Amino acid sequence: MPATPIHVPEPSRTDPALIRNFCIIAHIDHGKSTLADRMLQLTGVVEQRQMRAQYLDRMDIERERGITIKSQAVRLPWAPTEGEGQGKTHILNMIDTPGHVDFTYEVSRSLAACEGTVLLVDAAQGIEAQTLANLYLAMENDLAIVPVLNKIDLPAAQPEKFAEELANLVGCDPTDVLRVSAKTGLGVEALLDRVVREVPAPVGVADAPARAMIFDSVYDSYRGVVTYVRVIDGQLNKRERIRMMSTGATHELLEIGTNSPEMLPADGLGVGEVGYLITGVKDVRQSKVGDTITTLHKGATEALGGYKDPKPMVFSGLYPLDGSDYPELRDALDKLQLNDAALVYEPETSAALGFGFRVGFLGLLHLDVIRERLEREFGLDLIATAPNVVYRVTMEDGTEHTVTNPSEFPEGKIADVHEPVVRATILAPSEFIGSIMELCQTRRGTLLGMDYLSEDRVEIRYTLPLAEIVFDFFDQLKSKTRGYASLDYEPTGEQASSLVKVDILLHGDKVDAFSAITHKDAAYAYGVRLVAKLRELIPRQAFEVPIQAAIGSRVIARETIRAIRKDVLAKCYGGDISRKRKLLEKQKEGKKRMKMVGSVEVPQEAFIAVLSSDEGGKKK
Amino acid sequence: MPSVLPDGEPMPEDGALPASALHGAEARPLAFYLHVPYCATRCGYCDFNTYTATELRGSGGVLASRDNYAQTLADEVRLARKVLGDDPRPVRTVFVGGGTPTLLAAGDLVRMLDVVRQEFGIADDAEITTEANPESVDPAYLAALREGGFNRVSFGMQSARQHVLKVLDRTHTPGRPEACVAEARAAGFDHVNLDLIYGTPGESDDDWRASLESAVGAGPDHVSAYALIVEEGTQLARRIRRGEVPMTDDDVHADRYLIADEVLGAAGYDWYEVSNWATSPEGRCLHNELYWRGADWWGAGPGAHSHVGGVRWWNVKHPGAYAAALAEGRSPGAGRELLPEEDRRVERILLELRLREGVPLDLLREAGLAAAARSLADGLLEPGPYEAGRAVLTLRGRLLADAVVRDLVD
Repeated sequence: MPATPIHVPEPSRTDPALIRNFCIIAHIDHGKSTLADRMLQLTGVVEQRQMRAQYLDRMDIERERGITIKSQAVRLPWAPTEGEGQGKTHILNMIDTPGHVDFTYEVSRSLAACEGTVLLVDAAQGIEAQTLANLYLAMENDLAIVPVLNKIDLPAAQPEKFAEELANLVGCDPTDVLRVSAKTGLGVEALLDRVVREVPAPVGVADAPARAMIFDSVYDSYRGVVTYVRVIDGQLNKRERIRMMSTGATHELLEIGTNSPEMLPADGLGVGEVGYLITGVKDVRQSKVGDTITTLHKGATEALGGYKDPKPMVFSGLYPLDGSDYPELRDALDKLQLNDAALVYEPETSAALGFGFRVGFLGLLHLDVIRERLEREFGLDLIATAPNVVYRVTMEDGTEHTVTNPSEFPEGKIADVHEPVVRATILAPSEFIGSIMELCQTRRGTLLGMDYLSEDRVEIRYTLPLAEIVFDFFDQLKSKTRGYASLDYEPTGEQASSLVKVDILLHGDKVDAFSAITHKDAAYAYGVRLVAKLRELIPRQAFEVPIQAAIGSRVIARETIRAIRKDVLAKCYGGDISRKRKLLEKQKEGKKRMKMVGSVEVPQEAFIAVLSSDEGGKKK
Repeated sequence: MPSVLPDGEPMPEDGALPASALHGAEARPLAFYLHVPYCATRCGYCDFNTYTATELRGSGGVLASRDNYAQTLADEVRLARKVLGDDPRPVRTVFVGGGTPTLLAAGDLVRMLDVVRQEFGIADDAEITTEANPESVDPAYLAALREGGFNRVSFGMQSARQHVLKVLDRTHTPGRPEACVAEARAAGFDHVNLDLIYGTPGESDDDWRASLESAVGAGPDHVSAYALIVEEGTQLARRIRRGEVPMTDDDVHADRYLIADEVLGAAGYDWYEVSNWATSPEGRCLHNELYWRGADWWGAGPGAHSHVGGVRWWNVKHPGAYAAALAEGRSPGAGRELLPEEDRRVERILLELRLREGVPLDLLREAGLAAAARSLADGLLEPGPYEAGRAVLTLRGRLLADAVVRDLVD
């Protein structure tokens, strides 16, 4: 049994000198949640018998996929077993950061709440692109870095090699890289000691007006929004009225406290402390990550820096497979939005897919997670159209259009089209440099630079149009590198590009849902591929159906579905009648699933196959 | 009849029908179908309920054999008498099908007919048909059938080409079915049918044309022509899946159908149902017309379907189980369905649209009428009859009949 620390400082009365705020930067599967579990056990905040794997991950999807979407903060008492401060109980606030590319902003706010970070890397795998990106982010924030190799108990572990790699990145000696096994608990005590020793204590002005930064905001159906904060200056006390500095909205503090790891109410939170507060608001949009909280009376006048409104980067149409599920989809999105300030949506109607929503996401993972939650938690069957980015189209007369859906692409004289670009970082074994560069070139990439992390691992940086990444880039990258490459990207702005809209015409009628914006060099290939695919998917009709791909009025590809000539069963005698009627009923059902596009019956499967993001072979 | 039975509710043990089924029966013709579930060999394309063994055992050791089959079937006819009670209707048509009825002695077929006559009486102008295999009949056999009351015979010709017959596993020699027509005429049969199959893998347009010409040259008053349907679970389906023989595509079927209508039309055969042509109204198969017009019919034999006044039922498939049920005095019915009004309307549309007389437009609802107008505009329905209130398929419409039905039932 771990020794339960004595004289544990209480919230609101904790000397900042005894506080250590840290987070863990790690790649999916590198063992962050397991390490957090061990820390909970070692510090005694979770008793052995209550322990369950990945204690902090609340949602099923998180536990199943082994990824953390929403961060939390846990207050851990720890008395170092050696060195300075030995035997004196410190307060370690572990802030669990999201580990994925789409949540860079949330990560940056979590990092801003800390003075140090544990850089956790799998000793059999080495550092991955997203971890590296977050590491750079931590370094920019001047965080103390504690480099740690995990899973050293694995037979495939190469601690020497990867310690070298980490030492090069962090700028330390390879012997300074801690080696732990979160699974067995080996080295975790030493890690906690290192955190106390190396992570600086928070510094703030205790008698200044209160300023606390929101680093997370979670909707709980029983309690409303739970807001996680780090107090920078001053103090927040229970029952006080507080003010959100970005909106000016005021709320009463119904409850304030810390997590260990369940919510534990306290009198307040002082300088450097981390905890939660509840105001009774029902929507995370009223409690935005990055915002500054102050007291209503004698409050601060200047907010903390770094606040940004979340901005969707990727859009996709979500439609219920069964049109009658539309109200359920709307309710489900409403509910998810309570807990997801980055999720935006508005109703959209497609001639082909019926009523649905155009939904904006931070990125592909965000899209994936939302779609999966809609399907799993709300039992909806959805069609998600291929994701697209936001284009800014300037006309020759100077008017400007923001296009989040290809069907909104304006007609007429276009001066230029801007598309978002990202800076992509790819980490891979050096043997794959050639194929990675080839892939990036075909995706209109510009090489920014390349560095060797170690003898045989390389970091490649490219500027790429975001549109090229949202369509099966990650899959291609994985398959060209036998799964070894990892990818991270961050938006860096926009560029003007030669982009055109390709329309698909079925029997002369334009099908909005099939329109796509592509680079003009890729338009022909796209048109040919799509009309060929539609020809396979659309059954023969009573008349001949031409399928055309066109840019404006110029047809670039054409296929024809020949008219059906025979649709009759030869025999129908006494014993056939029941079967024939039942077949007819089945065919009628099938017909109901057909959508009429002009006079052409198109099976829903054709729309799904062509439109759905699954078709592009998106990562799953 | 296809071997897969539909889903339905269970059949009462005594086979009793709800009173509603017998209501108004006097106004409806009554027909009998007698199934003979035996074949010498099973053809590769066939999924009918048929058996090549001569003896099959049911539960309790009840023996169903070819030899006692006529007696077993007679038991069901007597059960029919009981179920239909004092129904005074004489039987308008009897149709013996299979399987291969002519594997039984001619006397057996006559005995089966006799029991229908004893129990129900047979109308003076009744049509009494049996299917026959060209290989298993001769003039004496045909004479015995004619003598026993049969007046129509239907031969399975399928094709005039040896290589086509081979793919179908038919053992008769080309020319034999045509000779049978002459023998049947000589035996005194007024009505003779030849069954043909088109679209067999390996058959060419010319093969098909030759088969048609050979058939009409023999002078039957009726020809049926069916597209070969490759049913799941048949030997032919397996051979196609293994790539041993090619699958015939729908366009080829359409071409062959047009050839059939052309050759038969030129020879004086008019279509009266999608797959049936006759030289005169008297040459039509009345028994089949009764199916298509919703009459009452009792199907006796393993796997046979029946229909009386909106109740449809079907017998157990296995001859052993069938014989066992009858031996215990139970109905051999395996299941039944009581057709709701809408199902009966749908069935009327899907059956009657296949007929030359077509469907009365007043059977259609608003959406169905709008669909009929579209079909007319698309050239799938004949304008003349449409003006007179009936939906009648054009030649192209016949090839797309199922598509038209799907719209008309709306």
